[in-house]
Amino acid sequence: MPGLHYDIAHMLAGSLVLVSLMMLYQVRLTALLHVLALHAFVLAASVGWQAYIQQSPHLYITAAIALVFKGILVPVVLRRMIFRMGVHREIETAVSIGLTMLAGIALVALSLQVMLPVTAAVDPIAREDLALALSVVLIGLLMMVTRRNAVSQVVGFMSLENGINLAATGARGMPLVVEISVAFSILIAFIVIGIFLFRIRERFDTVDVGALDQFRGGRS
Amino acid sequence: MPFGRSSSCPRGLNQPHPNPPGGPNLGQPSGNPMTEPVILILAIPLLAAGVLALIPSYRVSALLNVAASAGALACALSLLVRRPAPLPFLLVDDLNIVFVVLNTFIGFTTSAYSASYIRHELETGRLTPGHLRFYHAMFQLMLFGMSLALLANNIGLMWVAVELATLTTVLMVGLYRTHEALEAAWKYFILGSVGIALALFGTILVYLAARPSVGEGVDAMVWTTLLAHARTFDPSLLNIAFVFLLLGYGTKVGLAPLHAWLPDAHSEGPTPISAVLSGLLLNVALYALLRFKMLIAANPAAIAPGPLMIGMGLVSLIFAAFMLYRRRDIKRLFAYSSIEHMGIIVFAFGMAGPLGNFAGLLQMTMHSLTKSAIFFAVGHIAQVKRTQMMAGMGGLTTSHPVLGWCFVAAVVAIAGLPPFGVFTSEFLVASSTFAQQPVLAVLFILGVLTAFGALLMHMTAIAFGPVQGPVDPVDASYVPMFAHLLLVLIAGIWLPPPLVAWFQHVAVLLG
Repeated sequence: MPGLHYDIAHMLAGSLVLVSLMMLYQVRLTALLHVLALHAFVLAASVGWQAYIQQSPHLYITAAIALVFKGILVPVVLRRMIFRMGVHREIETAVSIGLTMLAGIALVALSLQVMLPVTAAVDPIAREDLALALSVVLIGLLMMVTRRNAVSQVVGFMSLENGINLAATGARGMPLVVEISVAFSILIAFIVIGIFLFRIRERFDTVDVGALDQFRGGRS
Repeated sequence: MPFGRSSSCPRGLNQPHPNPPGGPNLGQPSGNPMTEPVILILAIPLLAAGVLALIPSYRVSALLNVAASAGALACALSLLVRRPAPLPFLLVDDLNIVFVVLNTFIGFTTSAYSASYIRHELETGRLTPGHLRFYHAMFQLMLFGMSLALLANNIGLMWVAVELATLTTVLMVGLYRTHEALEAAWKYFILGSVGIALALFGTILVYLAARPSVGEGVDAMVWTTLLAHARTFDPSLLNIAFVFLLLGYGTKVGLAPLHAWLPDAHSEGPTPISAVLSGLLLNVALYALLRFKMLIAANPAAIAPGPLMIGMGLVSLIFAAFMLYRRRDIKRLFAYSSIEHMGIIVFAFGMAGPLGNFAGLLQMTMHSLTKSAIFFAVGHIAQVKRTQMMAGMGGLTTSHPVLGWCFVAAVVAIAGLPPFGVFTSEFLVASSTFAQQPVLAVLFILGVLTAFGALLMHMTAIAFGPVQGPVDPVDASYVPMFAHLLLVLIAGIWLPPPLVAWFQHVAVLLG
């Protein structure tokens, strides 16, 4: 049933874009982390489905990493961190939500416009997946640009990586090396971020990156 | 004289290989792989990183750091004489040997410089022995990442290696744990990650473009196979891939408007790290960009990569040149100068042609040597004067004649004045541009002259006039700085013919 296969794959990839858009209007950090977990679950489902229809068992590993590491472990740790710092009630003063949503929709339209014509020759499953993956990547970037808080920037970066994972698994037969490396790089990236958050906490008692900028004036 | 031996390198860049599937580099390990210099270039830093993480004494670890870097340099030099047997996942060709030798050389001199630099940092209490253990291990891990990125014959592996090198430098930029260092490391990490993510997306697109003609699996990411088949790839996919790769690796090269991480990362980390950032990491990213440029150029239907690179290079050059004027922090000044020079180099490679590529290669070599010499000098100056602000450094030639005049010579060199090597390469860039696009040449010269004025202005303020700040003698070794300046001076007066022949050969390969 190739038709159904493609439909389900596209539905899952589309859901990932929707969850990305949901991230944009979360103002509380705890809510944002819940959406991040949801994002990783949808990614895991999508990757798992790709593993099934491409009959490439190694993709199940990628799905499992997405589920356990990005869907459960990271959100839990980040949640503990923000509670310990007492910033879980903090409401972010981002760029206005309406404007961000409009920008997000524009980015989805842009990526469809860019990717669909050029991927016409690629097999149909990679075709839509690639366009949707690019939307997720761009929305992740948007999130990193519009948020001032270090935790939200990490969340934005992780959603961006999820988008890249989606693209990598949609490309049939992409070597295993790369998938492991992607997962591994996220692991390293997270450790690095963890260290940084702790250091920022040591120094400033806040995770607002705005507080880091205060010294820039004197240094130009 | 290894240069005439092009017949002994079976994987010359523009020769499509006779048996493409798999390439000769897969599944044919040579007799005893552990003694191959290529393996040693990678194994020495990796082992050293592990050992250095365990050694508590900073004196021993500083020596070991120098010894490991010297070993890697010796192995890299041996590649000039004898080309290794093909190895899986690794590639040695005429292009990357230039980068590998330059990288290991500057890695070696910087480790020697760092040994005297950190002693001072330890005495003033800015760093503890625990920090230094971490610092030395990271230094070798970074050299490993860079060498792997340069030697990898797989675009996925290359990406992983660039990522590794970036993460280690992020950790070292944040080493001092001051407000500014943390801000710089965070900014570098976030921008670097975004850049590297975009580069991965571009890599995936290249794989997708390659899959129909090369087939699924690892082969479609092997560099030599990709280049041999580039002609048959889907051009529109390649175009989009190149845009992502240019933005992604361009962030690491420090091209405007993606340069925001660069001045902070240079000014807040330990000075040896500023030297390797400018002298090595920017080159590694540039190398990745050049590889993909060759791939795009091999497909006649794809966009010409030249205009994009010329545009970004020129914007970086002119923007950085004007930014040089109002700097107050000496390391930030030279960080902007690095952006300016990377702009010149990318511009030269964008102009392409044998002369443009030759000028780009020469400029890259000269910039790496000169800029790391400048950072060596700046590190000594900042330690003696106990500040990084240029306002507190006046009269350097009076208070510290040797250091002061070396600094003057290095700034004169980087500003592009004869008799130093940077003058030769900038002159070549300008003249090759005049032959092709006179209008661009005028803009280029405008940018170079603007930067020249700014550098000379700051240099006279620091080197001459009434003495400011402490006048303690410098307790450090000048040898690495002398070595670099001497090489740049020799290259400015007389370029050895074998080197010219080699660069000309590589320039033709680059197309």
